[in-house]
Formats: sequence, C-alpha cells, structure tokens
Amino acid sequence: MAFEPVLTKGIGELDLVDIEVYEKQGGYQALRKALKQMTPEDVHAEVKKANLRGRGGAGFPAGVKWGFLPDDGRPRYLCCNADESEPGTFNNKMLIEYNPHLLIEGILLAAYATKAAQSFIYIRGEFKRGYDVLVKALAQAKAKGYVGDNILGTGFSQEITVHRGAGAYICGEETGLLSSLEGGRGEPRLKPPFPAVSGLYGMPTVVNNVETLCNVPFIVDRGADWFLSIGTEKSPGTKIFSVSGMVRRPGNYELPLGVTLRELLEEHAGGLLPGRTLKAVQPGGASSPVLLPEHLDLPLDFDSVPAAGSILGTAGVIVFDNTVCMVRTALYYAEFFSHESCGQCTPCREGTAWTARILRRIERGEGTMHDLEVLRSLKEKMSGTTICLLSDFSITFLQSVLTHFADEFEAHVRGKACGVHSLEVRSA
Amino acid sequence: MSTPAWVEKRKQDIEEIIGRYPQKRSAMMPLLHLAQEERGWIADEDVEAIAEILGVSKSLVESVCSFYSLFYRRPMGKYVITVCGNIACGLSGAAELTRYLEQRLGIKVGETTPDGLITLLVTGECIAACDGAPALQVNLEYCGNVTFERADEIIELIKKGEDPAAISDRFGIPPVKAL
Repeated sequence: MAFEPVLTKGIGELDLVDIEVYEKQGGYQALRKALKQMTPEDVHAEVKKANLRGRGGAGFPAGVKWGFLPDDGRPRYLCCNADESEPGTFNNKMLIEYNPHLLIEGILLAAYATKAAQSFIYIRGEFKRGYDVLVKALAQAKAKGYVGDNILGTGFSQEITVHRGAGAYICGEETGLLSSLEGGRGEPRLKPPFPAVSGLYGMPTVVNNVETLCNVPFIVDRGADWFLSIGTEKSPGTKIFSVSGMVRRPGNYELPLGVTLRELLEEHAGGLLPGRTLKAVQPGGASSPVLLPEHLDLPLDFDSVPAAGSILGTAGVIVFDNTVCMVRTALYYAEFFSHESCGQCTPCREGTAWTARILRRIERGEGTMHDLEVLRSLKEKMSGTTICLLSDFSITFLQSVLTHFADEFEAHVRGKACGVHSLEVRSA
Repeated sequence: MSTPAWVEKRKQDIEEIIGRYPQKRSAMMPLLHLAQEERGWIADEDVEAIAEILGVSKSLVESVCSFYSLFYRRPMGKYVITVCGNIACGLSGAAELTRYLEQRLGIKVGETTPDGLITLLVTGECIAACDGAPALQVNLEYCGNVTFERADEIIELIKKGEDPAAISDRFGIPPVKAL
C-alpha cells in the first residue's frame, strides 16, 4: 500500500485555504478535543511522548523545548518561524500557501500547551502571497471563534499576529528572528540565555518551525502512538523533503523519516536527467556537507545522516550531477553567506567575505595552491568563534567538497578545465 | 522635511499595526512596509515619520531599514522583477535568464527602464521556489520555470499593466508535480 501523506494530504486537490473545506477534512477537531477534553499539560505530554523533533533544521524535540519555559509568572510568547530561507528548502511555503489552517491549528495547540500570552508568525518578506493567505485565513478562523477571545467558549484566548520580514536570511536563526520581531536589525544574540528563558521582549519564548507546528494537530487528534508508528524509532513521523537541482521532478515529497535517498530521488523525484550520472547530494540545505553516490541507500533521518557525515537539516535535498562544477557551486554559497552575514562578529563578517573572494579567483583560474590551504584552514577560524552558527555553517559544504572533489579545485588553480567546464569558454 | 501623506491617510492602519504588539517598537517593520506600499520605496521623510510615530531616533529607523534587502531606499519601477540567483536557479540557467532580461529590457541589473515601468534585480537569497527553477518574482509574486519565451510573455503582461498576482496565477509553480 502506498504511504499516505499527512501534512500535505489534499494539497493540489482540495481548496484547503477555505476554512469550510478544511473543517470538512476534520480540521479544527484537534483544537476542539484539546480545549474540551485535555489540559495544557496533557497536550504537552502527548507531544513530548511523540518525540516530535524540530523540522526547522536542528531536530530538537519540541516537547522538550516547551518544557524549558520557566514557570515564573512572566508572560510567555510563541513564535512560529516561517522565515524559510535555507537554500533548497521550500516546504513551509507550500504548507502556508495551501494549508494555512493546519498551521493556525498547530499554533493554537502549541500556545495552549505552553500557556502562551500571544503567538506570532514571522514570515519572510518574499512570501507576500503566503502573508496574504495567512491574514485571510486568520480572519476566517476568528469569525468561526477559533482565534481571539474565549475560543469555542472554553475561556482559552489567543491572538496570532503575522509579522512580515523583509529579506534577511539570518532572521531564520531564532534569536535573529526575535531581534527582528522586536523592531531591530535581525542580529542574533548570544546564548545562553536561550529564548525559553529570555526571548521576545526578554520573556520566556518558544520558537518552532512551520512544519513542526503542523504536526501537532495530528498528534493531538490521533495520539502519540500513531505518530510513533511512522518513520524510525528515533525520528518518528513524516518529513516533507524539498528536492531540487538536477532531477526530473523537483518538488516537495512528504515521506516517512528514514526513507532512503535512493527511493526519494528515483521513485519520487523522477531520477536524474537523461544521460547524467549522480555526483553528489546535499541532504539538508546549503550548509549540509555532501553525500556521495555510495550513500544512496542511506535512510534520511535525524541520526543516520549525521552518522554518514552530513546533516538532515531542513531536508532541502539538492542534487548535483556530472555537469555541475563543485568550485562554482562552492562559490555560489560563499557569495550567499557573505551577503547574509549580519556583520556582528569579525570571523563571520570577514571570513565569509574572504572565502568568497578566494573562491572567485580560484574559479577564474587565478588561484594558488596556497589559497586551497587557506580554505582548508577555515574551520579553526570560523567554527565556534561567533554568536550564531552562520559562520560555522558557511564553510561546512566547502570543507566537504574540498575533501571529495579536491581534483576539481586543483584543476581550477592550474587554470585548466576541471572536467566539467572549460575555463576559457566560461570566462569569455 | 514635510510629513508624508500616508501618515494621515493611513492613520487607522497605523494604530491597528501598533495595537498588534505588546511593545510599540515591534511596529517598525510593518510601518516600513506600509510606507513602501504607499510610495514604492522609502524616502527620508518616511524614515523621519516612522521615527516620530515610534518615538525612536531616525538613525535607528535608518539602521533597521538598511539591514533588509526588501526595503528600497531609492525609487523603483512600477514593477520590480527579481531573479533568484541561488543554487537551484543557478543550476537551471538563472544567469542566462538574467542576461536575457537585461538585453530584452535594455537595462542592467539594478536599473529601471527609462519609462519607470520595470526595475530588474537579482537576489542571492534563495526565494524558496527551487521546484520552479529558474524562478523570479514580479513585485514578490512568483513565476516559475521561466524560459526565455515565458519571460517574454511576462514582460508583455507587465506592459499591459497586468496585476502581478494575476501574472503569478498564470506562471506560478504548482504545488504538486505531474507524474
């Protein structure tokens, strides 16, 4: 029997943006159940038992995260991280545009469980359509009594405020997001204190990703045991894999965690383009080290991928075939990270800029062997030396391709064809 | 410097925006969005007006504004075409598409056509449309799988004054891919 998707069920067939359609599919039943039959502690316990691991990149269990909130009488806030900006990742965009009520229901349940005073959705500025969809969906939900004061007559109240970003990758980092939401530059903050203790306006705050929150209604409705029956023992549930790059059918594919890379690429993403061979795959966005063809049978879950030397990250799976030059790819990312460094920390601000500069001259055929040595030494200078992880993550892909595709870098340094493209032709 | 017209015209919206947040300073970005919606870009008097509304310094507003690439501090065309220049689009010909658009519009990236209709930009940030690479946005509305032919059609619609959302409805990226 084919696996039945959970979060994406109905997308492309039903107009789930319409609240009536969403309700007909069982929408808002989990909210009703939680508010009428469960305490906030019950909801929290169920999510904790389900071991719902954060889908935004870190894989940290949401239920455990919620448990870090101190019970000290201060107002708490819930922030949904919808600043989906990791290169190669586009599943939150789909959920927001095509299933907004699922997210709203998930936020309401999380707010109930964490006793939040108010919830925020921080949506990236480029998602103008998503913003409009959410604002409209919230108005519908309010009219039906699911959002606002005294929800469903239970005494539980919750406002959900949609906050639009304006183009800054770093706002996806949870403390950068909070700085931005407070009206400032999206500059990350030193941790500890973690947001659970001192977050938005210095108050206890939970930040959860869109896809994470979208799982909550199903966990509440069907129970933790149902959730634990999908995926692997330590990575339960489904994951929406965003597949892009050199495949025939790039797109979002919701599959159980632990699906093999081979099944994802060959059965769902349509395989490679005709006549091409697989060169490398990034399993989790720009910062994930490459996997190689030998890893095709690797199960994609939060533990197996790190064991193979990479990370599942956002599950933005980027596929490179034999026509892709790894030097140029590293340069793309270096330019990107250099532009997106917030500039607070010297190793990141200077390091990302110099990485890009060095890669630019290597790509042109004007680099030196010493440049390669400098690039290889970046880890000790740019990892663990800054406020947030952008600096660390800016060089992980680079380090992996310097190891696995050293010959391409050396060919570029020698000013010769790298086996993928001829430098003379390209620089013309 | 004169107070921009939107301060009076959008008085209710401004109050509603401030009322959404436990602290007033959070209204900074929504007010910058509002000012840009009114003018198409953010002028010095908009910065000053927002500083006045929020009771903060002009330099703070300026500093926040400059952090975000979607706040424009100079006049833009009525339509802003932003080509995604990140990895998936790059692998699918975004650079060639950009060169084609430059040639077709007679301007370079960052410039506006002399009639003020179209500004062409390239963003290094992935716009999360990798399933429709190469992708671009017209006033932040998505268009995917932009071949040169589709680019021509998009430009024709822009010249006819079509609504960017309607352009996206026609050239957008379907959520589910046909087998």
